[in-house]
Amino acid sequence: MRTSEFIAALAADPIPEPIRLGRRVAAALIIGFIGSLAIYGLLMGPRPDIAAACRTMGFWLKFVDSFAFALPSLLLTLRLARPDAKPRALALWLIAPFVLLAAGVVAELLVVPQGEWLTRLIGHNSMFCMRMIPLLAAPILAALIIALRAGAPLHPGLTGALAGAASAGIAALLYSSHCPDDSPLFVATWYPLATLICMGVGALAGRRFLAW
Amino acid sequence: MMTASIAGDEGAYRRLLEDIGRSVRAMARGAFARAGVGDADVEDAVQETLLAIHLKRHTWDPEQPLAPWVYAIARHKVVDALRRRGRRKVEPLENFEEFLAAPEAEDPHALSDARKLLETLAPRQRDIVTSISLDGQSISATAKRLSMSEVAVRVALHRALKSLGAAWRRSVE
Repeated sequence: MRTSEFIAALAADPIPEPIRLGRRVAAALIIGFIGSLAIYGLLMGPRPDIAAACRTMGFWLKFVDSFAFALPSLLLTLRLARPDAKPRALALWLIAPFVLLAAGVVAELLVVPQGEWLTRLIGHNSMFCMRMIPLLAAPILAALIIALRAGAPLHPGLTGALAGAASAGIAALLYSSHCPDDSPLFVATWYPLATLICMGVGALAGRRFLAW
Repeated sequence: MMTASIAGDEGAYRRLLEDIGRSVRAMARGAFARAGVGDADVEDAVQETLLAIHLKRHTWDPEQPLAPWVYAIARHKVVDALRRRGRRKVEPLENFEEFLAAPEAEDPHALSDARKLLETLAPRQRDIVTSISLDGQSISATAKRLSMSEVAVRVALHRALKSLGAAWRRSVE
């Protein structure tokens, strides 16, 4: 087929309703979050001592840190969904949650006697945490991947991994209100591991579903 | 011009695709020559790029310049085309601006694989694409001939182009 003939077929095919990628992703986020909320309500719910926990630094650190990780991951995912994307300074914002968490860990190490470090790190339910964060992230990740199919990422695997990171961040936001372990030592060990699982799944899904 | 095209100006869109096609052709020829493969598949790369631009045109942000967006897609698709020819390592392609300045006209004898890929479509879809592209018929004439509504022809055409994109992608893997 000649290119001029091919162009005739393309020109005859106008998209009636323009696709707005940003809106799609926002809608996916809402739908996915409702799914996660349902899982949270069914399997977890807030911890019984949440009122007391709200007055501790460790509790808020988990919350703020999850948010500081989820937001740049999400914005970066959206940016990478366009072929002419330049991540630029946005990628640097991903360092912020790690700096914050490291500061929390240092503070914890200074305050808590050495003998207690390992107990705090292992916490009460690390395996539950490792299972629940990916489970809470799953509906968000699935919705994001479906929405991102309208995009055109040059690096589908990386874009998928970042979508996984964003979904893990939002899942951690929810999960942190259930999890009784507030020690930054616990958070710095298990939350990133759970996030890595989500990113791995996201990368695979990205390579499979976001290539174009 | 892209804005007018997205708004549905068919003539402007066709001219834009032809301009882009000429620049992409120059770029693809250059890349194929440097990779040491013959330019037998250049038209494939050009058409695949044009199809990707068409199917993904909503990913262009009207506040951004058009050329870098076109270049990113073209580069992606030309690299794919070279991979299909068994080139694992693909050298980075130089600036698209050069090719904008030195567009190349289509070789009237160069035919692409698109025809082969058309065989993978459902018969009705294939019929519609052939009618509009090879036979140069309008949507309304095609609709009348197949006794379908114009909307149904447009929908079928859009589906056909999407599956064509998918077929192209599969041929890379």
